Amino acid sequence: MTTPAMPTESPDELLRALIDGRLPDTRGRFGPFGGRYVPETLVPALDRLQAGIEAHLHEPGFQACLGAELRDWAGRPTALTPAPALGRAWGGEVWLKREDLAHTGAHKINNALGQAMLARLIGARRIVAETGAGQHGVASAAACARVGLPCVVYMGSVDIERQAPNVDRMKRLGAEVVPVTSGDKTLRAAIDEALRDWVSDPVNTYYLLGSAVGPHPYPYLVREFQSVIGREARSQILERTGVLPDAIVACVGGGSNSIGLFHEFLADQEVEIIGIEAGGKGTGLGDNSATLSSGRPGVLHGSYSMLLHDRDGQVQETHSISAGLDYPGVGPEHSLLASIGRVSYRTASDDEALEALDECAALEGILPALETAHAFAGARHWTRDNPGGRVLIGLSGRGDKDMPTLSRHPPRGTGT
Amino acid sequence: MNGGDRIEAAIRAARREGRTALVAYITAGYPEKEAFRKDLARVASAADVVEVGVPFTDPMADGLTIQRASHAAIQAGVTLRWILREIESMDPPITAPVVLMSYLNPLLALGYDELAGRSEAAGVAGFIVPDLPLDESAGLDEALADRGLALVQLVSPVTSEERLAAAGKASRGFLYAVTVTGITGGDADRGGDIAGYLQRVVAHSKVPVCAGFGVRTREQVTNIGAHVPGVVVGSALVETLERGEDPVAFLNSLSGRTA
Repeated sequence: MTTPAMPTESPDELLRALIDGRLPDTRGRFGPFGGRYVPETLVPALDRLQAGIEAHLHEPGFQACLGAELRDWAGRPTALTPAPALGRAWGGEVWLKREDLAHTGAHKINNALGQAMLARLIGARRIVAETGAGQHGVASAAACARVGLPCVVYMGSVDIERQAPNVDRMKRLGAEVVPVTSGDKTLRAAIDEALRDWVSDPVNTYYLLGSAVGPHPYPYLVREFQSVIGREARSQILERTGVLPDAIVACVGGGSNSIGLFHEFLADQEVEIIGIEAGGKGTGLGDNSATLSSGRPGVLHGSYSMLLHDRDGQVQETHSISAGLDYPGVGPEHSLLASIGRVSYRTASDDEALEALDECAALEGILPALETAHAFAGARHWTRDNPGGRVLIGLSGRGDKDMPTLSRHPPRGTGT
Repeated sequence: MNGGDRIEAAIRAARREGRTALVAYITAGYPEKEAFRKDLARVASAADVVEVGVPFTDPMADGLTIQRASHAAIQAGVTLRWILREIESMDPPITAPVVLMSYLNPLLALGYDELAGRSEAAGVAGFIVPDLPLDESAGLDEALADRGLALVQLVSPVTSEERLAAAGKASRGFLYAVTVTGITGGDADRGGDIAGYLQRVVAHSKVPVCAGFGVRTREQVTNIGAHVPGVVVGSALVETLERGEDPVAFLNSLSGRTA
């Protein structure tokens, strides 16, 4: 065996195992992907988290408390909004799952609240988190304030600049924001630094990881907390239209909002599932963050998954106009879904995302996050190829945090 | 003699001389890429085992010194293939066993079989992989063992008795006891009962135990050496090289060995 074993199961068998809840397996694998590639010091902390998940996550008392907090504090269920003007412009029927309406303005709160509540139950004294766009940092700060735990957020210095409004929000919510000036100074370096903090105090500190990446059990745990998006969306669209959508589309960085939307639709074979990665400035090395489109398997941040790295195994610098997608890795469940062909992963460029953002703002009166705008660009593309089709877009977050970036890109057609 | 036996023999030989064995870490090609073979030879002359760091972009178990060294080495074009070629072309070959310390991804990128073959040819004795816990290490361990190369396991103060026993049984060459919960380059004196911890590790290990993470002074070497046969010195040696100071003098000051 030269690399982690390729699965002997067929794609259909792997999909069935995923749908039936048999993946990740006991070794934390989604087929060949996943696992726990961490320093020995973190193994007991991951074991403790795994035990906490088994004891509490699906226990009725915990689920009742979480459900009440999601409803009363986080504002769930979020709306499913028809987008008739976009539908007319694209030649299809468009629905938006409105995670931008969740508390703190993005899907991140579903996971941050769930993990903060779980952390309390397993005896954590302190929370560390990383953030790229700042949305997970804000969500973690808010959730920690709500459950009463101190919170430290690591954020790359490049991201601190381009997502300034969120930095102030985190501080107001009582979190300590630590600028990361090592490595690429973005999300990846922030995760490196949060891991170093956690290694230094694995007993009292809980690492509140914000995406469906990292060592087992994080990809599973984050997906479980984010699956509320897909559960709600599926029942809402059935209630409103009586049928399932022809396609669902979401943006993919690490992949938490997308896996949360996708997972509940995996068994619906008639539903096409499309993930949109950041195509950045182009297909050149370092010009994008399109991990599934142009990466190869490798190990970063504790799991074996698709990765943007060179022939020597050095992780590549990435680019995206959206801080939340600017990451060289992706969650292991996405790598499996790509390898078995259940989800198609495509890209949208910086320019296409900006254009889609302006179009959504002008036609529907909703300013999506730059990350989310990639999904709109992908959905528009899909609709043009499938005229009259019904598409549901995961509107993962709102765009207020992007104003420093957007102010440098005036809306098209204003002439300024 | 296979790699694991060579490492064990080097550590036991130091013990017979009444010394604590020194496992000395340098980042390959840092501070000067061109000086790597010279630095390696000098360090090897004053150490019992040499740990050569393969630089990686995301060294999550390392503190600022080794982060800085890794980044600079990558910028200078240091790769795993280059390191293996350099070690193979050492003339005269160094006698102290060489262990490569690498995060997993550069090893995966080369491929385990090619890695093992090239490493054997270069005379490397073994590997330390800080992000590969015992549970995930079977594939690499097997590929290395086929070529007589050792995979050194790590344990930490929070490792359970059960895992200590498993690591103590699986480790080849030596068992690396991380002295602190934390990253490299910190302070080895920080934290609780080091003596009790090291005694537990020794009790479980079939190979010599070497302890490290933050060892900087002769006093620390003496204190740790009272419990285990070897100590690992890393960041402090890298900083010595950075300052342009003599690594041999520094290592001798730690071990009490005279040149």
